[in-house]
Amino acid sequence: MSCSRRDFLKDAAGAAFVSSLPLSAFVVLTADEAKAAVANATVRWGYLVDTNKCTGCGMCVKACKNENEIPYDSPVTRTWVERYVVTKDGATHIDSPDGGRDGFTSDKIRDEEIDPDNIAKAFFVPKLCNQCDNPACVQVCPVGATYKTEDGVVLIDREWCIGCGYCIMACPYGVRFFHPEHKVADKCNFCYHRITKGMMPACVESCAFGARRLANLRDPDDPVTKIITTERVAVLKDEYGTKPHVFYLGLDNNVR
Amino acid sequence: MKRHVLHPLWVAIGVVGLIFFARLLLVPDDFGVHGDSFTYNYHRLGNIEEWKDFPVKYQGTATCLECHNDNARTHRRSPHKRVQCENCHGPAGNHPDDVEYLPLNKERAMCLRCHADLGYPASTARSNLPAIVDRHHKRGRECVSCHNPHDPREDVE
Repeated sequence: MSCSRRDFLKDAAGAAFVSSLPLSAFVVLTADEAKAAVANATVRWGYLVDTNKCTGCGMCVKACKNENEIPYDSPVTRTWVERYVVTKDGATHIDSPDGGRDGFTSDKIRDEEIDPDNIAKAFFVPKLCNQCDNPACVQVCPVGATYKTEDGVVLIDREWCIGCGYCIMACPYGVRFFHPEHKVADKCNFCYHRITKGMMPACVESCAFGARRLANLRDPDDPVTKIITTERVAVLKDEYGTKPHVFYLGLDNNVR
Repeated sequence: MKRHVLHPLWVAIGVVGLIFFARLLLVPDDFGVHGDSFTYNYHRLGNIEEWKDFPVKYQGTATCLECHNDNARTHRRSPHKRVQCENCHGPAGNHPDDVEYLPLNKERAMCLRCHADLGYPASTARSNLPAIVDRHHKRGRECVSCHNPHDPREDVE
């Protein structure tokens, strides 16, 4: 195959021009669609948990259950708080009675007395849906009942869900559960009905210590986004490649 | 082709056609790919609005302050100001339109959520709060019978 310098330069210039054309240049949007596309691009919800500040009062779990109509006494919850007590011999004691709904008022862990002098460290870790960028739960849904919105929140269509439970198995964080009343899969959606009205999620609202905060990651002036982008934050189970969007300050290695 | 091949073939084609017809009727118009990914954005568009319409229950302290000045003012200058009204008083919902009285929780267990001494090291946030050992301090009594919850620095007269 022969190729003169002139041909090569011509082809290269053409290829550069074509590849520089944005794909959207070929799509004609209506005014509303264009507006929606721009508006959506300005929001990507994220979440910051400061484990240093959490006192394990469990108000967030209580508020979440009330706000989102999760049966109060059923052993299911959209968010929960875990307690970790690491003793000086290196053993880790973990519990989350009723998901921490009634707080942690006893020093016993699973009926086990732990000598306070033997405790190396103790902390509380709130958990909730990570609103992943690559949600494993959405990938496995056979009917298209769960999906990611433009602002990054993963929602479940209660009309469309057939209750097969694949997503509950697929989530590496175990945030999904079977809703005992609606008979469909359910999970945290950052209180989508609140955040789209400019309110904070119920758990953020009810946290007295600022341990839970919501961020718009597309807004560089958002104070919480600034913390996430400039401070040392960690995510849970990064190795699964799900790109979780709940960030943790002060996350300990013992947290699973 | 012979009839014994053609007949079942027509039946099979008919069944497939029926399935497509049923799909046309049963799948809503707004079901499809709404976004840039078939994997993540394949859904019924109307569901987003359904979630947005979910009723809000916790209205926030600012809403409470619109009417309740008395206790709220005391509360706003006390160490308890970080605690939202609705944490103890219950979610406002449509109060006062539908729900005249909110389910106030003044149980001892409510206070113990923060103020039970668990004996953890100072690095635990919990250890920086004033705390009691449940089994030693006024067992079984309601905290609010002595301590004013709106300003815990004051005693109840």
